[in-house]
Amino acid sequence: MMTNSGNIVTQGQFSFLPPLTDKQISAQIKYALKNNWAIGIEYTDDPHPRNTYWEMFGNPMFDLKDPAGILSEINDCRKTFPNHYIRVTAFNSTRGVESPTMSYIVNRPKKEPGFHLVRQEAEGRSIRYTIHSYATDKPEAERY
Amino acid sequence: MKNNPIGVSPPLDNSAVDLDAEFRASNIKEVLDKLDDELIGLKPVKTRIRETAALLLVDRVRKKLDLTAGAPSLHMSFTGNPGTGKTTVALRMSEILHRLGYVREGHLVSVTRDDLVGQYIGHTAPKTKEVLKKAMGGVLFIDEAYYLYKPENERDYGAESIEILLQAMENNREDLVVILAGYKDRMDKFFHSNPGMRSRIAHHIDFPDYSADELLAIAKLMLAEQNYRFSPEGEKAFSDYIRLRMRMEHFANARSIRNALDRARLRQANRLFEGAKKNLSRTDLMTIEAEDILASRVFIEAAVDLDGDEGANEVPSAS
Repeated sequence: MMTNSGNIVTQGQFSFLPPLTDKQISAQIKYALKNNWAIGIEYTDDPHPRNTYWEMFGNPMFDLKDPAGILSEINDCRKTFPNHYIRVTAFNSTRGVESPTMSYIVNRPKKEPGFHLVRQEAEGRSIRYTIHSYATDKPEAERY
Repeated sequence: MKNNPIGVSPPLDNSAVDLDAEFRASNIKEVLDKLDDELIGLKPVKTRIRETAALLLVDRVRKKLDLTAGAPSLHMSFTGNPGTGKTTVALRMSEILHRLGYVREGHLVSVTRDDLVGQYIGHTAPKTKEVLKKAMGGVLFIDEAYYLYKPENERDYGAESIEILLQAMENNREDLVVILAGYKDRMDKFFHSNPGMRSRIAHHIDFPDYSADELLAIAKLMLAEQNYRFSPEGEKAFSDYIRLRMRMEHFANARSIRNALDRARLRQANRLFEGAKKNLSRTDLMTIEAEDILASRVFIEAAVDLDGDEGANEVPSAS
């Protein structure tokens, strides 16, 4: 986290690249639709890497043919949560697979304060390490 | 030409584009020909489709010469009596628009009031939006659109759905084409009470009723699709049937013809089953004879009707 150039949260696909344009997002969605994956839009203001379950924005979208509808949904989400992390996930519902196949961030807070390293003294002289996001010191919805 | 990265000179006023080549490249001729072959009659509809195709083609050529204009609004309303082919044409329309590159995917999402309007407060908007999202990149076909608006019930959520539709028709013009369909008089009433809807629909296409000859041609086409055919007497009997049926109540153009043919197939099967001949040839299995048609109730009722003084209106609906 602290070693990447932009000081930004990097998780999911494309996160080391510059932010995707709407056209690029459409192309990615198109790829997912071509594979019959259901698309979901999720948001959160807790950037911890172990925070797997984000809030869903609306229902997952099945049976779509064209990315335009999803893009407008993404833009709605951006309008509602301009300062949250928003990601697009694709879900493969094939029996036996049933898991997310794509996930990438399409919106992030303007300022990402990052994480600090927490050291905990444990038994003996051992030390336990963990990371803690500066943003989560504040209550939910006031973080960014 | 220094600031032109591709090194192509800007098109001049007299630069030419081959419209014919463009026409061939779009494969549109194939679709239009198919339309001519498979849809009998419907002159005004075909003319309108041709005009639309021409407009889109010219638009495409213009774009090549940097003559940009806004995307034309292609929302349509199809009005006409039952069984005049509104749904069939809508399906064809999505294909044509796709070939011309006006819609990206070219699928048809066919919905009615149930799919758009919710049952309680706050249910309608997500439902309508969901449908709109599904239709993006294609054609949204709303059958019997006048059911969306129920003026007698002011708590009806149909109006909310119409509002969202109007917004999408205006803002997502390049993403989807909306086609409304329904019976003429009720659609007129619907548009009268929703002037916003009327003004956002550029093309109002009226589907005429079929003539008896057109219906016979349609019947033959339907039979051919199912690998049946009339015997010469059968064809004559069926053309009599059409003439009688047309005068009766609840006549639904091509739909009535389809039902009549389904019943004729039933009688044909029964005749072959009961008949003495047990070794059937291919022709036997394919041919619909006059007796399969003459057994129809339409003939019996028409005979009764001709005896009486009353007009065909008194005859109960033929099943």
